[in-house]
Amino acid sequence: MSATDDEVVRFDNVGLRYGADREVLNNISFTLFPGSFYFLTGASGAGKTSLLRLLYLDERPSRGAIRMFGTDVITLPRKRLPEFRRKLGVVFQDFRLVPHLSAFDNVALPLRVSGVREADLVKPVNDMLDWVGLAHRKDARPATLSGGEQQRVAIARAVIGRPDMLVADEPTGNVDPDMALKLLRLFEALNRLGTTVVVATHDVHLLRKVPDSLIMRLDKGQLADPTGALRYPPRAARRDGGKP
Amino acid sequence: MTEKRPPALGRSVARGFSPFGGERAAALVPHSRLAGPMPWVIAIMVALTVIAAAGGLALSNLAREARAELSGGATVQIVVAEPRERERQAQAAERLLGEHPAVAGLRRVPEAELDRLLEPWLGVGDDLGSVPIPALIDVRLRGEADRATLTAVQQALLESAPGARVDAQSGWLGPVFSAIAALQWLALALVVVLAATSAAAVWLAARTALGTNRETIEIVHLLGGTDSQIAGIFQRSVGFDATLGGAVGLALGLAAVLTLGQRFAALGAGLMAGTGLDRLDWIMLALVPLAAVAIAMLTARWTVLSALRKML
Repeated sequence: MSATDDEVVRFDNVGLRYGADREVLNNISFTLFPGSFYFLTGASGAGKTSLLRLLYLDERPSRGAIRMFGTDVITLPRKRLPEFRRKLGVVFQDFRLVPHLSAFDNVALPLRVSGVREADLVKPVNDMLDWVGLAHRKDARPATLSGGEQQRVAIARAVIGRPDMLVADEPTGNVDPDMALKLLRLFEALNRLGTTVVVATHDVHLLRKVPDSLIMRLDKGQLADPTGALRYPPRAARRDGGKP
Repeated sequence: MTEKRPPALGRSVARGFSPFGGERAAALVPHSRLAGPMPWVIAIMVALTVIAAAGGLALSNLAREARAELSGGATVQIVVAEPRERERQAQAAERLLGEHPAVAGLRRVPEAELDRLLEPWLGVGDDLGSVPIPALIDVRLRGEADRATLTAVQQALLESAPGARVDAQSGWLGPVFSAIAALQWLALALVVVLAATSAAAVWLAARTALGTNRETIEIVHLLGGTDSQIAGIFQRSVGFDATLGGAVGLALGLAAVLTLGQRFAALGAGLMAGTGLDRLDWIMLALVPLAAVAIAMLTARWTVLSALRKML
């Protein structure tokens, strides 16, 4: 299959193994288009987190090819990877907030890393904290926040820079249903702005909340794709309807 | 839950590649963790380096001044046992030396001065007159006291003062100059060893800080932080510690050098008269903490970059 410039991510026969163990991901092939919304599902140990780590460039595959934003990221020099990571927003399963920074500083971190001036980042960060319901906790350190609050800070940090692709690992695992829905609406809003969203989740109820979403199901390291729709997505699967 | 629209995440929040620096970047590494004993280690290293460097520079100045003073100096000894003949030859030698073109000036060392010089070895008393002590003439040559000049002077004295022996003053102090040169090398070696030790201490501190802050580094790394940005955070933190330590070390080192200088000056040894250091030497000593800061920052940067290269 030939690559096209409008692909956000393309995996071709990707395999991943840690050390000498058996492959945790096996022959994974799929293509993600701009503005698509994907749910990644599968039982525990199916390889969801490993697949997400490949997506957010925390691992290189043992075999296969990965193209991201039209570029082969496997052979890409290390020093160019930050440029690609800055196009991604990541919600880690364990939040990975910087423990000695306030909620505000954690959310502002991607913008500061990207070189945004302090004067330009205060309002967006405050707005984002307000929207996830944490405006009153902006000076709090992660250790003083509840699990749900930490998760909201992690999500705010992932979306603050309006990434081209958002990768979220169980982003609603620690929040109540109302907040889960609210966060999903934020992802949808981002998605409507053109961000490709990949959400790994166990929550089957969540899948029904986004009607246009596609489902990627992992089973024992293999991607279930009986119709080939993930590997060869129909043009209608694209948010823009496949218009050139 | 109130249904508010998500905040506008416009492209106004532009992504760029400008440096991530300043206090906000420094806050990523809790300062108290990195600081620890580092400023004090650097202070001690800088103080010792300043003292060693000051010693080396003072010795260098001493050797240079002594060489300049002695390079044109020669001593003529009239080694004759019979006092009257010795006096005759001494007077003849004085006259001939005064007319010699290579001689700029001369001074007959008075017998009383000779007695004082020899007093520690020969004592005092009437018996001293029976010991044949050579007459001494201190000669200042126009050029250096090289072998050709000394031979020419010796030849000129040969007929009228056959008991005259001409020696270069610098020749006597040859072993002293060798010892001073050895001490200078020792001081230089100490400065190099102390610089290497400082670098090793910073390396260890940076490794420890890297381990302590590994999680933060990984987060910044995954958010798109470049190696250079992350190394810069540590570099800045280490630079701050090194500046603090360097200032304290310089103050301690200079206090020690000034105290030693005063002691030597009080001895009248000449070694550190007026501390024995000129303005350039003081500038060089003031540069020691700056060099320490540069070494510390470069070491921290190199250490962090090496560790980051092992990450994807």
